[in-house]
Amino acid sequence: MTHWLIALRAIAGREFLRFLHQRERFLSALVRPLVWLLVFAAGFRAALGLSITPPYQTYITYETYIVPGLCGMILLFNGMQSSLSLVYDREMGSMRLLLTAPLPRWWLLFCKLLAGTLISVLQAYAFLGISAAFGIWLPWTGYVTVFPALLLAGMMLGALGLALSSLVRQLENFAGVMNFVIFPTFFLSSALYPLWKMAESSRLLHDICAANPFSHAVELIRFALYGQVNLPALGWTVLALAVFWGLGVWGYDPRRGMIQRKG
Amino acid sequence: MSLSLTDLSYAFGPRQALDGVGFSVPEGRFCALLGPNGAGKSTLFNLLTRLFTTRAGRIDIAGHDLARNPRAALAQIGVVFQQTTLDLDLTVLQNLRYHAALHGLGGREAATRIDAALDRLSVADRARDRVRDLNGGHRRRTEIARALVHRPAVLLLDEPTVGLDAASRAAITDHVHRLCADTGLTVLWATHLTDEIAPADQVVILHRGKVLANGSAAELAPDGDLRDRFLALTAEPA
Repeated sequence: MTHWLIALRAIAGREFLRFLHQRERFLSALVRPLVWLLVFAAGFRAALGLSITPPYQTYITYETYIVPGLCGMILLFNGMQSSLSLVYDREMGSMRLLLTAPLPRWWLLFCKLLAGTLISVLQAYAFLGISAAFGIWLPWTGYVTVFPALLLAGMMLGALGLALSSLVRQLENFAGVMNFVIFPTFFLSSALYPLWKMAESSRLLHDICAANPFSHAVELIRFALYGQVNLPALGWTVLALAVFWGLGVWGYDPRRGMIQRKG
Repeated sequence: MSLSLTDLSYAFGPRQALDGVGFSVPEGRFCALLGPNGAGKSTLFNLLTRLFTTRAGRIDIAGHDLARNPRAALAQIGVVFQQTTLDLDLTVLQNLRYHAALHGLGGREAATRIDAALDRLSVADRARDRVRDLNGGHRRRTEIARALVHRPAVLLLDEPTVGLDAASRAAITDHVHRLCADTGLTVLWATHLTDEIAPADQVVILHRGKVLANGSAAELAPDGDLRDRFLALTAEPA
């Protein structure tokens, strides 16, 4: 195994061990979408009528509609959580250790991003499993075909977190940034309501939702759960990943001296 | 020379943190980088570890230019940062395995080197303990052991005794001096405490980003009182 792969395995292993040590994080990551699914969706079931739109071929319940959006929610919160841990690591020093390893910096950041995403995907699968236990079944092949979509969406949202963490210098400032990012990103998307429904109330809001990369990530997951590829969603998600990744790598460039400054 | 710095400068906006810093440390030498708070020691460490880069000046580590060949140069340094960089929830062994892997070491080779490094720093009996359960002295030893796993040519330590009691401070200082003598390791030890320096050590006095003196402790303070000499050189005008 080459040096690069040994490092990848170690970084992923460390993230996994940290995840095991933070059971509360796992529980809160599951409870949040489950509350939406079992409480919010149940309450709004009657209020929000849904027409048959792809990938659905028949009428579906509101709970079924929001499952992909809630998978996206898990990936979004985890992406932000791992970027928070990046800021924490930077302040606490372990990021210094990582960045002084004799490997290209982009590879070290990629390892960190992939490791965080795999943990997110694991949680999304746990959520899908619990949803199934509550009677929200999806085509069984969907549980397999959704994997690459979850991975890609998770990487894109993790890269967003990486880019943000490189720009935010202190941990205290990060909570504010998270509020400004997470809530608009989630609510201005197709996670909870289809975009055509949004268009009925406001064209502007519809356009904002349509431009939101998170909407495309959710649609990518939605179609993948039914064994289909939504090509525009795939394209926009890949483009957003490339932009956020580029920003993140630029943000962590040593020429910018991103590590906490002091003499 | 194991470590060579030539005309190194770095500025945070208008504030010049380092101004034409240059010195060399030969193989197997213990070099104390002595400077008061704010002298530029941490900035220098950030440049040596490539957390910052600069176009002004040059750093060579074991013959590798850090700017042109960063991976080869970084492979030759072991670092102990001022703040602990251990993962407190992992065991000593898990922390060292992680570091070994970042340097491309895995399997049996990593295990052998980790055992040897822990033995050398007398922390082998704590290998399976969580770092959170270690005292400050043992944590520092663990960090030094970790920095040695990949057998670097140069060991950089940024005020490694901060926050330790007198006994732990003396023990760690002795350990690192012995490492130099026994293994030919080159050490750059940043500190503002003159009692951590032996008469034969090289001393570089850094103040306001400039090198004020460079020589052996015995040369800089022939009367043996390095502390007075240091205070005289770095005294601020009233």
